[in-house]
Amino acid sequence: MPQIFQKILFVLSLFAVTAAQAQLSIEITGAGANRIPVAIANFAGDTAAAQVVTTTVRADLERSGLFKLIDPAGATLDENAQINFADWKGRGADALAAGSLTRAPDGRMQARFRVYDTQKQVALGGAVYVTGNDQLRAAGHRIADYIYEKLTGEKGVFSTRIAYVVKSGGQFKLQIADADGQGAVTALSSTEPIISPVWSPDGGKLAYVSFEKKKPVIYVHTLASGQRQVVANFKGSNSAPAWSPDGRKLAVVLSKDGNSQIYSVNADGTGVQRLTQSGGIDTEPRYSPDGGSIYFTSDRGGSPQIYRMGANGGDAQRVTFEGSYNVSPRPSPDGKSLAFISRRDGRFQLAVMDLASRQVQVLTDSNKDESPSFAPNSRMILIATETGGRGVLSAVSSDGRIKQRLSISAGDVREPAWGSFIQ
Amino acid sequence: MKKLLIPALLAAFIVGCSSTPVDETSGAPVESRSGSSGVTPVTAGGLDSRGLPRELTDPKSVLSQRSIYFDLDKYEVKDEYKDLVAAHAKYLVTNKGFKVLIQGNTDERGSREYNLSLGQKRSDAVKRSLILLGAKEDQVESVSLGEEKPKNPGHDESAWSENRRADILYKAPDGRGEF
Repeated sequence: MPQIFQKILFVLSLFAVTAAQAQLSIEITGAGANRIPVAIANFAGDTAAAQVVTTTVRADLERSGLFKLIDPAGATLDENAQINFADWKGRGADALAAGSLTRAPDGRMQARFRVYDTQKQVALGGAVYVTGNDQLRAAGHRIADYIYEKLTGEKGVFSTRIAYVVKSGGQFKLQIADADGQGAVTALSSTEPIISPVWSPDGGKLAYVSFEKKKPVIYVHTLASGQRQVVANFKGSNSAPAWSPDGRKLAVVLSKDGNSQIYSVNADGTGVQRLTQSGGIDTEPRYSPDGGSIYFTSDRGGSPQIYRMGANGGDAQRVTFEGSYNVSPRPSPDGKSLAFISRRDGRFQLAVMDLASRQVQVLTDSNKDESPSFAPNSRMILIATETGGRGVLSAVSSDGRIKQRLSISAGDVREPAWGSFIQ
Repeated sequence: MKKLLIPALLAAFIVGCSSTPVDETSGAPVESRSGSSGVTPVTAGGLDSRGLPRELTDPKSVLSQRSIYFDLDKYEVKDEYKDLVAAHAKYLVTNKGFKVLIQGNTDERGSREYNLSLGQKRSDAVKRSLILLGAKEDQVESVSLGEEKPKNPGHDESAWSENRRADILYKAPDGRGEF
């Protein structure tokens, strides 16, 4: 009997590996107007490890759409090498990174690197990251984040994670992957739908809606331990969780008192407080990044539109006016803009409003955009959309110039949620 | 009402019997004996082979119709479904031990969360009608499945109109459901 059990475990673990290999593949269309030309030299030291790291760094920078990768023409440079600035400038590189991978006495790898401005002929900075041999791609993401920040002045998001739901066969899988779609792991499998995942501000938990009890119920799932807690399972439907920026509360939608209305609840499910009092539908709450207000969707004016109210409820102001269907409000982490889905001529498209000027820009030309989610640096927006009848994820820059498509060969991908900066 | 209660009790009794442990020496269990005879068992008193009221499950009975369809973005129960809702309300009034779960559904277009609320509005509308017609609050729960469980997986108007729907599912006094 124990032997059989071991066999089952073995088969299961094989299956887990196969599942993890069903990676998201990424396709990029469009690029920024003024891409920074940058060369990443081959790093010195442990050749195999260096190759993993430099490949990751180059792919990250390229994928962002903000950089033009200059071919280093086989040059291998460590972080202390003499740089021939004129030579690199001649090849068209405004910036250059060089580094090395060496094995520390404890067996871990040390990634050292330096970034140079070839115009000013100075080093912009450098760092050492110590990492396990199986974490070389993570080291690459951190180096890419460092280079990105030095050259653009804003924080990179290559080390962040995304969550999304894959539907394949009759199975729903809540998966977590690196921001480039690699290293996918399944946090939850179910035969019933899973929707609306949202990351806790500390990145350790996901709140989501699962239909495993034959109706929508809100859970908080601690990723490291796999522990799940029901935070709202009242009569009727329980849905649309959103974390307060301090991580202590969730805004949720409950129908226990009649219509779908917005409530707040402590992260452990206690202290339920009603925030809206309308006769219609109030749903999709999202806290502003300062925690002071909540954006939400309501049909109180006759059609679904976006409104804003105080974080404890009270009067609501209408935010969207163009068209008869504006839903899924997502304030950007920098507080400057609001992403949402707008129906135009029967097509559902990603739009962004500049909150200062109230100017609205439609960013996509698709038919079925859903569930926008900002990158923590506010520069990209991840959405679910459809191509060829299949659900795919698409990342669009906030100015609409850069588009990346993330698809999975095995099924429909939907309900993306971009996690916070890694602490 | 009294007439219906007796068969319901009887059914509960039969279910109780078959779940008591069978002594292996006393021969084959009841199920396999009836199975090998090629006879479909019928229970007297208006119950079907599963012991559920035939009034609810017989395709010829109006109460076997459980779906109410809605227009795009709408959640009013249309006039053509008023008689059907009234028939279900009447059954709940007469059979206080029965409960219903109403599941609201929408087509696939638009926001999943907004659709979840729209489906809730649809199931709430059916619930409100049932209660206005005499069903008790604790007999009716309305929930939403939004766009998540389409009856028709297609992507055209005929599929969408089939999916803009509220379904009535019954739960028997002995806890059996949803049927």
